[in-house]
Amino acid sequence: MTGTWLGMPPFPVAAREALGNEQLRTNLRKATGTIRGKRAAVVDERADWEALRVAGKEIKDRTLHNLDTYLEQLERKVTESGGVVHWARDAAEANRIVIDLVRAAEADEVVKVKSMATQEIELNEALAEAGIAAYETDLAELIVQLGHDRPSHILVPAIHRNRSEIRDIFLREMPGVTAALTDDPAELAAAARAHLRRKFLTAKVAVSGANFAVADSGTLVVVESEGNGRMCLTLPEVLISVVGIEKLVPTWQDLEVMLQLLPRSSTGERMNPYTSTWTGVTPGDGPQEFHLILLDNGRTGALADDIGRQALRCIRCSACLNVCPVYERTGGHAYGSVYPGPIGAILTPQLRGVTADEVSPTLPFASTLCGACYEVCPVLIDIPQALVHLRAKAVDAKRGKPSAERTAMRVAQWVFGSSRRLRLAQRLVSIGGRVLGRRGRIGRLPGPFKGWSGARDTATPPRQTFRTWWESR
Amino acid sequence: MRVALFITCFNDTLFPATGQAVVRVLERLGHEVVFPPDQTCCGQMHFNTGYQRECVPLVRSFVDTFADADVVVAPSASCVGMVRDFHSRVAEVSGDRGLAAAVAGTVPRVHEFTEFLVDIAGVTDVGAYFPHRVTYHPTCHGLRLLKLGDRPRALLRAVEGIELVDLPGATECCGFGGTFAVKNSDVSVAMGTDKVARVLSTGAEVLTAADNSCLMHVGGLLSRSKSKVRVMHLAEILAGERA
Repeated sequence: MTGTWLGMPPFPVAAREALGNEQLRTNLRKATGTIRGKRAAVVDERADWEALRVAGKEIKDRTLHNLDTYLEQLERKVTESGGVVHWARDAAEANRIVIDLVRAAEADEVVKVKSMATQEIELNEALAEAGIAAYETDLAELIVQLGHDRPSHILVPAIHRNRSEIRDIFLREMPGVTAALTDDPAELAAAARAHLRRKFLTAKVAVSGANFAVADSGTLVVVESEGNGRMCLTLPEVLISVVGIEKLVPTWQDLEVMLQLLPRSSTGERMNPYTSTWTGVTPGDGPQEFHLILLDNGRTGALADDIGRQALRCIRCSACLNVCPVYERTGGHAYGSVYPGPIGAILTPQLRGVTADEVSPTLPFASTLCGACYEVCPVLIDIPQALVHLRAKAVDAKRGKPSAERTAMRVAQWVFGSSRRLRLAQRLVSIGGRVLGRRGRIGRLPGPFKGWSGARDTATPPRQTFRTWWESR
Repeated sequence: MRVALFITCFNDTLFPATGQAVVRVLERLGHEVVFPPDQTCCGQMHFNTGYQRECVPLVRSFVDTFADADVVVAPSASCVGMVRDFHSRVAEVSGDRGLAAAVAGTVPRVHEFTEFLVDIAGVTDVGAYFPHRVTYHPTCHGLRLLKLGDRPRALLRAVEGIELVDLPGATECCGFGGTFAVKNSDVSVAMGTDKVARVLSTGAEVLTAADNSCLMHVGGLLSRSKSKVRVMHLAEILAGERA
């Protein structure tokens, strides 16, 4: 990952700022609450949901364990069907390939299908630097792009905006929009539609990602709700798809499982309105030039980690974001990455490296380990387990550097090393607590206790511990 | 039955009334209760904060302490969750096969208090009396790690005189999360404040749960807001008797 997100503050600092934004919290609570309810209802319809989750997990695991074989199969099939396959080790390489292809097509603008992979590599910024304009065609992505903003959610990038904010953005940034535009959702959608239609009809090149890539046929799959993606996939002359190497499924039959899991988990629908598939090029129909860029960008590193690799099963449904009480209160920007929420907290530090920047080592700690994310994950990613594993990596990376926390943990370990030492420590806690306490309660404290005691009282520790009571009975 | 207590370092030091209540309930039901004095801590704080290596001696000490116990009972869903789900991982990190075997031998004998009562002892009515309006918060580890399900409620419903009221949004985390409460105290407090509002909406006199840690967090917020609502571990309610 590169550029724009760097320099973000660590999670606790960014979260504090976000918590101060009342409008943001209201928007988030409403949106995540609605989608959470929709998801629960359509999942409850399926008596075989747990079996589907297991099937989804097993398909992805089988794919990841034989990724080399399936990738080569995909490359062969895409090539046979008239496509061109490119391999990109990192963001810079992927961006350079896209830019070269756009230049070769003698274009200075591209239309884009909503794609997490191109956000991850910050393609739009790279294109802008190369003098190429990129137009997002997904409504929410368009709102974010026009607002000079960053996406705050995987599925609903503009989740942090309400409709009156959206109207203001359109009024300010969208050519041809007048003050007569209201914040009625249908009017806003119509304005975006008119704006986008012009782009669809003029753009020579489209850039997409893919939800899935089927190895045995070389087929790419995009699922969406609006149909704007399909316009991009069919109208331009050149189609460039940037796809993470973990997006594979071995066969069409595996799609059967995935296409049941994904819409229910993401939009809370039985099926999404548009599912587009394409295999290479078809003479006289659709784009006549197709390029597939297979992106690593940290994925093989994650694949090598026995616990962390399960993050690569992710199908980007965002159910974990919608159910996460931490995300609900902080929003996506606090995570300092295109992948926010619980999945972002385990995916981002792996793609970037746990100690790559200021944000990454704080992300695995941005969770109470409540487990709600694991409960909804359609491919059974044990996010709490991965979080704890990555916390250990973050801690281990700093071994040898003294810190107050490390000292405290060492002291605690020493105390818990024998019941005699624990007993001594309990006496100190009891005496200290009674010195600090007033009317049975300890209020605000300075120093290391500030974080806890700023908003919470603590009962003064009792004179007698359980073990002294037990001995005296 | 001969029951070995694991009272947990946290309850032992800060909430001894919980352990005392557990003893009272178990003895009332006719069990023989023992407290192995060498016990200290399950290692959850170290493990969940990323100090897995530091956790190894604590796990070793835990399995040594309870090596001979037939049944181990602990009044903390969170600590039992640590033992059940993560002691094997700590053993794996240590690379010590003997420890892994000892953990595998110990873990199946460790039970959370309500689990023990309902599944092992086979009771839901423990003969308690508690004439108060009570609401129950199913802590995340009790709900999702241990899958305690209806057990705690079934035990509470059988208490004479109790008025048990539902807590809205009960399954949502209170925001404690161990060291999360300190590392991300702002988010933790925001979550806890919402939980407090829901507790107050029930009109309950008492908030109960199977974990004192979450109760300490929510109780601390209730206390700071000068609320009269008390927090009590579920064992204390089950230990209640007519005066």
